Amino acid sequence: MQLTLWTYEGPPHVGAMRVAASMRGVHLLLHAPQGDTYADLLFTMIDRHDRRPPVSYTTFQARDLGGDTARLVKAAAAAAYERFRPDVLLVGESCTAELIQDQAGQLAASLGLPVPVVPLELPAYSKKENWGAGETLYRLVRALLADRVPPPGTKHHRGPAARPRANLLGATAMGLRCRDDVVEVGRLLAQLGVEVNAVVPLGATAADVRRLPEADFNVDLYPEVSRPTALWLQRSFGMPFTKTVPMGVNATRRFVAEVADLADVDAAPVLAGERPGQARLDASRSRLPWYSRSVDSTYLTGKRVFVFGDATHALAAAAMAKEEMGFELAGIGTYSREFARELREAAQRFGVPALVTDDYLEVEAAIADAAPELVLGTQMERHIAKRLGIACAVISAPMHVQDVPARYSPLFGFEGANVLFDSFVHPLMMGLEEHLLQMFRGDFEFHDGAAASHLPLARAAGGARLRPGAAFGGTMSDATHAGTASDAAACADAAHAGTAADAGAVVQATAPLQAASGALPRWTAEGEEELRKIPFFVRGKARRNTERFAQERGLTEITIETLYEAKAHFGR
Amino acid sequence: MNDLAAPVVFAPPRPGATPWLRERGQREVFCGLTSIVWLHRKLQDAFFLVVGSRTCAHLIQSAAGVMIFAEPRFGTAILTDRDLAGIADANDELDRVCLRLLERRPDVRALFLVGSCPSEVIKLDLAKAAERLNARLLPQVRVLAYSGSGIETTFTQGEDSALKCLVPALPATDAKQLLVVGCVADVVEDQLRRVFDALGIGPVSFFPSRRAAALPAVGPNTLLLPAQPYVGDAVRLLFARGAQLLEAPYPFGAEGTTAWFAAAADAFGVPAARFAAVTQPLADRARRAVARHRERLQGKRLFLMPDSQLEVPLARFLSRELGMALVEVGTPYLDRQLLGRELALLPPQTRLCEGQDVDAQLDRVRAAQPDLTVCGLGLANPLEAEGLATKWSIELVFTPIHGYEQAGDLAEVFARPLDRRARLTV
Repeated sequence: MQLTLWTYEGPPHVGAMRVAASMRGVHLLLHAPQGDTYADLLFTMIDRHDRRPPVSYTTFQARDLGGDTARLVKAAAAAAYERFRPDVLLVGESCTAELIQDQAGQLAASLGLPVPVVPLELPAYSKKENWGAGETLYRLVRALLADRVPPPGTKHHRGPAARPRANLLGATAMGLRCRDDVVEVGRLLAQLGVEVNAVVPLGATAADVRRLPEADFNVDLYPEVSRPTALWLQRSFGMPFTKTVPMGVNATRRFVAEVADLADVDAAPVLAGERPGQARLDASRSRLPWYSRSVDSTYLTGKRVFVFGDATHALAAAAMAKEEMGFELAGIGTYSREFARELREAAQRFGVPALVTDDYLEVEAAIADAAPELVLGTQMERHIAKRLGIACAVISAPMHVQDVPARYSPLFGFEGANVLFDSFVHPLMMGLEEHLLQMFRGDFEFHDGAAASHLPLARAAGGARLRPGAAFGGTMSDATHAGTASDAAACADAAHAGTAADAGAVVQATAPLQAASGALPRWTAEGEEELRKIPFFVRGKARRNTERFAQERGLTEITIETLYEAKAHFGR
Repeated sequence: MNDLAAPVVFAPPRPGATPWLRERGQREVFCGLTSIVWLHRKLQDAFFLVVGSRTCAHLIQSAAGVMIFAEPRFGTAILTDRDLAGIADANDELDRVCLRLLERRPDVRALFLVGSCPSEVIKLDLAKAAERLNARLLPQVRVLAYSGSGIETTFTQGEDSALKCLVPALPATDAKQLLVVGCVADVVEDQLRRVFDALGIGPVSFFPSRRAAALPAVGPNTLLLPAQPYVGDAVRLLFARGAQLLEAPYPFGAEGTTAWFAAAADAFGVPAARFAAVTQPLADRARRAVARHRERLQGKRLFLMPDSQLEVPLARFLSRELGMALVEVGTPYLDRQLLGRELALLPPQTRLCEGQDVDAQLDRVRAAQPDLTVCGLGLANPLEAEGLATKWSIELVFTPIHGYEQAGDLAEVFARPLDRRARLTV
């Protein structure tokens, strides 16, 4: 038994639903009790679909259990076919149906419906949502292409098209920005002269799936979902697939080179204009390189960032944060156990601890411990960060309705890099403003009672309105402040991790620590006053480090001197 | 799997009374676990531990939406392969999880073990587990068990189940008292209490109380006044403790609220003049608040899909106080004992539908083209995309809608979608 407060992934049958809800003419029959229909609202409310997910539920009840639930499956399958007339019927079971072992897939297949019936095995007690999506896509593609698999050893033939073709695999409903990513990656391929043969499963029909082997290669866009399918297509049809996910400028450039190689086309139309290392607006198709090198971005330098999400997005965001934004990584983690090895390797490369878990509390503790200035995570980390008073941007599913914007906002390709630059920087701006207000708390205008200017209260109370970067003066204070921030950040050494108590860290985590260490040294008024001048997002860490420093030396009180002694001790 | 052609139509028991359909098929309704979302807000010292699957955890999380609190007072003990294969003893595992949980949350005074579809199917005896844990934990923490499984309960019925498991724990009393049954928001509870005080009705207790450690008493002189139409099983269990039911409509709208208070006033012998003096100004104010929305709703045709079990009282309010025409009133199940007074107030020949076959019902919605359809979150946007205005029903269980002061808000909930459509030109 695993105690769970919040989950990153739903059960595997929700993954199956994501595949079905992505496609046209595909219907999913779920052997499931009342209540499991809750998952419909993920699609209609979070992803804002304007149609019901194509899913029928058998809705068995307690009183059916002694009797004939098998009959219910057959009746529901027949009724679903009659009403929806799909081209393919997927049949799966939710967690409870798995226990009663009706073999729903076999039962539905035995009806002799005039369309392919694809039984799904979705082990609810050991697997999760992304696995379920990957398995469903793989089973579906396999079933629809079974009669097209050439004899082993046959060399893959380019289709009849004159231009090279690629399939985009793995984009699904309820996937973060998949909708825009496939457009952006499609444009990128077009610039190379590569045609998109099929996008599967997002927007695909059974006929699109049947056309998959007509492409020259596959783009494995979201390995969590598409890797099993990409591997099978490689094994069965000799179709190679891309290994780079084009998230970030560097990754996009590598992706273009990889695609050009697989398609046997010249990468120059895209890459010729890319001039890594040059500080010019026209040195890339993305504005990120110039924006990142622009001097106003100086304050981003060394900002400590914690990254958590599915493996694909977490790995890419971490590389971007470090290499393209100039951030410092404070930690990296994923809930995708399937990619634990890749994540651990990356963490080692970046020299930060790796966190592979789907335990929300563990992630919260790790973030509190690392005391980062920015969290790149899922909607769960958004809540953690909010509680800890840390800036946050969502870079991975699970997502909420606000992560499905009306505007075009891919995460992949050059435009995706622009979107991510903005997403990373905007929450920091807000954090900066808050810090300035706290720094000038003694000031007659920027006093403690003045709320941040983005809150309507600020104007009503006649409080300060401060817009960093809005004018030259603003930029100056940013620069001044950047120095303070990085100094204090130096004080916060990851090796001597404490918790950001001031930032509202988890009480449970700090309590035993204090109990174990006995009476804490007393802060003098001057010491406390000086501590308040340290940015709020690292203040907690500075406090803990200083206390620890004092304690280890048997000091009973902490003065300004102690604070700076500790800073020098822990600083890098 | 009934199809549209063959719903079971029951003849009205007497001429002019309400006919109803009974359907069996796919239900687009939450299971009883969902009620934890408001139960844990009401019972401020309780923790709700679902013993179930990842689906259960995902369901509550999806239903709770953005309600991620510092650390929520609900969670799921997720069964894994080890538990099912008997590698781990499920009972030992459950004890371990509960003790770990209580260690983290020393503030918790009541721990509800909530059964789910999987725990019911594998016949994990949570009542026995509660007994075992109580032997270790009482009086510090009381452990209770009930089922919120989808194979036994629908949506709000989960609260009924939870209350039922609390009934044996209620202390006994012989005093004459009023017991209001069913969760209402704290602000509503305070309002209702002020009216009871003004009427001279007392003592009045609310079940559930805000703290599970301070439960109300019950006995042969306890009069039950349900505030929610879905607490039937708990009410019937309270009968066994000697309590008696005051039959009344539910406190929705000016009329319903007055009738609800009147049932208590009659039982406590409140003089008519005093009742009028207390309730009339409140009812007038409520009517004024409701009237603001009548223009928007009068004559509009309403289709209620089954969801929260509040459909019958709401249909009564919307037809009688706002002049809406009822196309169909769906309800997950029909509790004639608790809905008797409400059914009598529905317009004659109102089409009632018990249970659900969602596709057949949607066919009827499309055929009827109602002006407003009340439905669950999974159906709202798809129906909007078919050109039909909708009101998602989950709002009705998360917002205060009871009593005089909320009557206007309740009307506004239904007027808003129509108002919005009237504003938009894109």
